[in-house]
Amino acid sequence: MEASTARRVGSSLAIVIWLLALGVVALGLRRWMPPLASEHGAGIDAMIRFSMSAVGSLILIGHCVLGYFLWRFSRQDKISFRLAGHHLERRWSLVAALLMAAIAEGGVLTLGLPVWAKVYDTEAPSNALPIEVTTEQFAWNVRYAGPDGVFGRTSPKLITLDNPLGVDAQDPAGKDDVIDLNVIRAEVNRAVKIRLRSKDVLHSFFLPNLRVKQDSVPGMTIEFWFVPNKTGTFELACAELCGLGHYEMRGLLVVLTTEEFQKWLQEKKNG
Amino acid sequence: MGEMSRAVHEPPTFLRRYVFSTDHKVIGIQYLITAMFMAIAGGGLVALMRMQLAWPGTKWAWLGRIFPDGMESGVMKPEFYLSLMTMHGTIMVFFVVSLGLLGGFGNFLIPLQIGARDMAFPVLNMLSYWTIVPACLVMLGSFWVEGGAAAAGWTAYPPLSAVRTALPGSQWGQTLWILGMALFIASFTMGGLNYVTTIFDQRTKGMSMMRMPLTIWTMFIASAIGLLAFPPLLAAAVLLLFDRHGGTSFFLPSGLYFGNQLLPNSGGTPLLWQHLFWFLGHPEVYVLILPALGITLDLLPVFTRKPLFGYRLTVYCLYAIAALSMIVWGHHMYVSGMSPYVGEFFAIGTLAITVPSTIIGVNMIASLWGGTLRFPTPMLFVIGAIVFFGTGGFGGIFLGNATSDIQLHDTYFVVGHFHLMIGGVTLMAMFAGVYYWFPKMFGRMMSERLGKVHFWLTFPAFYAIFLAMHYQGLAGMPRRYYAFDKYEYLQWLQGSHLHVSLAAFLLFGAQFLFLYNFFRSVFRGRKAADNPWNAATLEWSSPTPAPHGNWGEHLPEVHRWPYDYSVPGATGDCTPQTTPASVAPVTF
Ligand code: HEM
Ligand SMILES: [Cu+2]
Ligand SMILES: [Cu+2]
Repeated sequence: MEASTARRVGSSLAIVIWLLALGVVALGLRRWMPPLASEHGAGIDAMIRFSMSAVGSLILIGHCVLGYFLWRFSRQDKISFRLAGHHLERRWSLVAALLMAAIAEGGVLTLGLPVWAKVYDTEAPSNALPIEVTTEQFAWNVRYAGPDGVFGRTSPKLITLDNPLGVDAQDPAGKDDVIDLNVIRAEVNRAVKIRLRSKDVLHSFFLPNLRVKQDSVPGMTIEFWFVPNKTGTFELACAELCGLGHYEMRGLLVVLTTEEFQKWLQEKKNG
Repeated sequence: MGEMSRAVHEPPTFLRRYVFSTDHKVIGIQYLITAMFMAIAGGGLVALMRMQLAWPGTKWAWLGRIFPDGMESGVMKPEFYLSLMTMHGTIMVFFVVSLGLLGGFGNFLIPLQIGARDMAFPVLNMLSYWTIVPACLVMLGSFWVEGGAAAAGWTAYPPLSAVRTALPGSQWGQTLWILGMALFIASFTMGGLNYVTTIFDQRTKGMSMMRMPLTIWTMFIASAIGLLAFPPLLAAAVLLLFDRHGGTSFFLPSGLYFGNQLLPNSGGTPLLWQHLFWFLGHPEVYVLILPALGITLDLLPVFTRKPLFGYRLTVYCLYAIAALSMIVWGHHMYVSGMSPYVGEFFAIGTLAITVPSTIIGVNMIASLWGGTLRFPTPMLFVIGAIVFFGTGGFGGIFLGNATSDIQLHDTYFVVGHFHLMIGGVTLMAMFAGVYYWFPKMFGRMMSERLGKVHFWLTFPAFYAIFLAMHYQGLAGMPRRYYAFDKYEYLQWLQGSHLHVSLAAFLLFGAQFLFLYNFFRSVFRGRKAADNPWNAATLEWSSPTPAPHGNWGEHLPEVHRWPYDYSVPGATGDCTPQTTPASVAPVTF
């Protein structure tokens, strides 16, 4: 009686576990990530794809083995194997651990860190377009440095409703600056160098298509760069809880061709 | 005082016996029931959140009457969603899982499994429980203060949590959150000191450290890392309180601009809080998961009738995990603005944890090899815990890797991952533990039939919900969003929110089966035998349910490790730890 119940439950568990593994893999084969639109993003995607394949296989193997054990060993009335020596144990576990280390640390060292170094440890190309993004509840203030490539001075003391960045009108470097709200315009295949600041709380500059994410931190100016390599309009989401409007703090990155971008910059300056 | 008088003197009054008790078993059960109560609260909060995510902006008139502020006229406000989310996370992590595993099972099992009559400091133990009660009340009560409950997330990052005008929940709700956490930490510290001392000091004759069941090992290690990690959080919470009410600037830099006003603060940095918080926060997830692994590992031999695979190696791995867990907190901060060079260090350190974790996982699966598997309800949940540990652990490979974390950080991938681990493994282990030790607690068995239904609803629903969230995260879906209708790139996921929510309601509903089973069985369950599972660990050598003082006149003496099943040459397939070597060979 007890033995037949065990067999039934063991088989059911095994089948459910095998089905779950199939579900994981079937879902994993679908395309989930938003279409890629940046240069360094290829490296991040390669990293994620590597982990997906390695982990997918391990999940499949793990669930198969577990299911098989549940199936097989729910069908016997006496144990068929009792370990005496501990060396065997160690050998078995070490094999698995080394495999895991190779996948996890190997992935980081060979695929991950080079991309990380490229993103954080290389200077932006000299022709990079400097853009300042200043976050506030719940908007993105965008400022372009203009032809001189220098941002005008700002001070929190000067902030008013009409001057949300507190731009110092005395500073000549600020004369050619262009200010915009919630829309960032960039040129395709030209690096964008972002200077990220925050007026109030933490926010996070997340471009899902470009594989870019960076928190903005009040009191800090954080610089990073990336190269958009597709034209089009991409959504900018806030990825750090910043208050009740966090879910609708949406911005846009519009990637234009060189001509379109220059034309827009001209118009903005004239208008 | 002789042992005998200690064993016999039971407190005379009802109040001293069941309410202000110093008996570790009563306190353990008090903790467990408190955790169950808080779980209903934490689950109820998430049910409301899932209603909003499945049917955004729908009007629920009856809810408007219950929450006249947060759901005025029946539509949920964004700030109310954030309060629900924050309190769900806080309650689940600290007041359900910590409380249930360490407070509940820790108190109940430590003396019974090491052969002691009680904890080292019984009065401190009582004090620890009665500090948790106000902590729970403060947390729950905070929903009814001006501005509602805290809403800055369970991580409470400043400036959002520090500036009172930043968010409605950052008015009095956040202050009460700090107070509740301070009480919780005080209680945990009393408990943790007690556990560590008891395990060091009160083991019975023959119970060497290497003969302790893994439940005890994991309680020991979890308490130790908790004791090291919680005080910094308490200090940080006090600093946050000063920033909020004392005009200091520990976490607030100059130039903060809120509501058309420049704040006078200067000199602090929000990153300091993140470091202090995660210096606790990461070890805390191991405080939660280690005891769950201990229970899982401990029950395996009982239901396979063979020794655990790799006991000694598992102990070393637990130490390794504990040590590593103290130096990897930065993996929560890869894109926080912290130096990217530090990020590389944290990535390598974090992924090193896969090695001991894999060994433990392999040991679990290998423990099934060659056994005679039987599946009463506790064993079903043990299998559930193993599956979640495997699948959940693999998610860590993506998140520990700084490069892929750039994309996945603060998306639902994270939500899916940590729920499988500190939500799933812990919940499965707690259920396994309750079904398994219920007879020891109450002298009765829980209903097997209800238990099985409970498992077959809980396990697949839980897996489906949090697996789906991994894929939503890969699609770039940010967490802590009140609604997903503002972004075009997320539109195609709308259907999946509904599916996840429906599974969540099923999951939530199924837990009432468990509650019904629990409370019914306390009074009506089948009477239990002294050793109903035929298990070898020490707690089953005392009468069931265990009397005050746990053992009669004499404390038991231990002669072997806790997993001597199917010993060749012994009678029966279970050789209890109290069996002398002269009766059956010792195999470890
Ligand atoms: C009934 C099953 C559960 C469901 C359906 C569920 C679902 C959720 C959801 C939807 C969120 C919010 C995500 C967001 O808006 O960003 C969340 C947050 C969270 N949950 Fe759960 N949860 C469950 C059980 C648990 C358990 C058992 C734990 C125990 C550790 C837990 C811990 C957390 C934490 C720490 C957060 C993060 C809160 C924050 O972002 O500040 N949950 N959960
Ligand atoms: Cu935000
Ligand atoms: Cu962590």
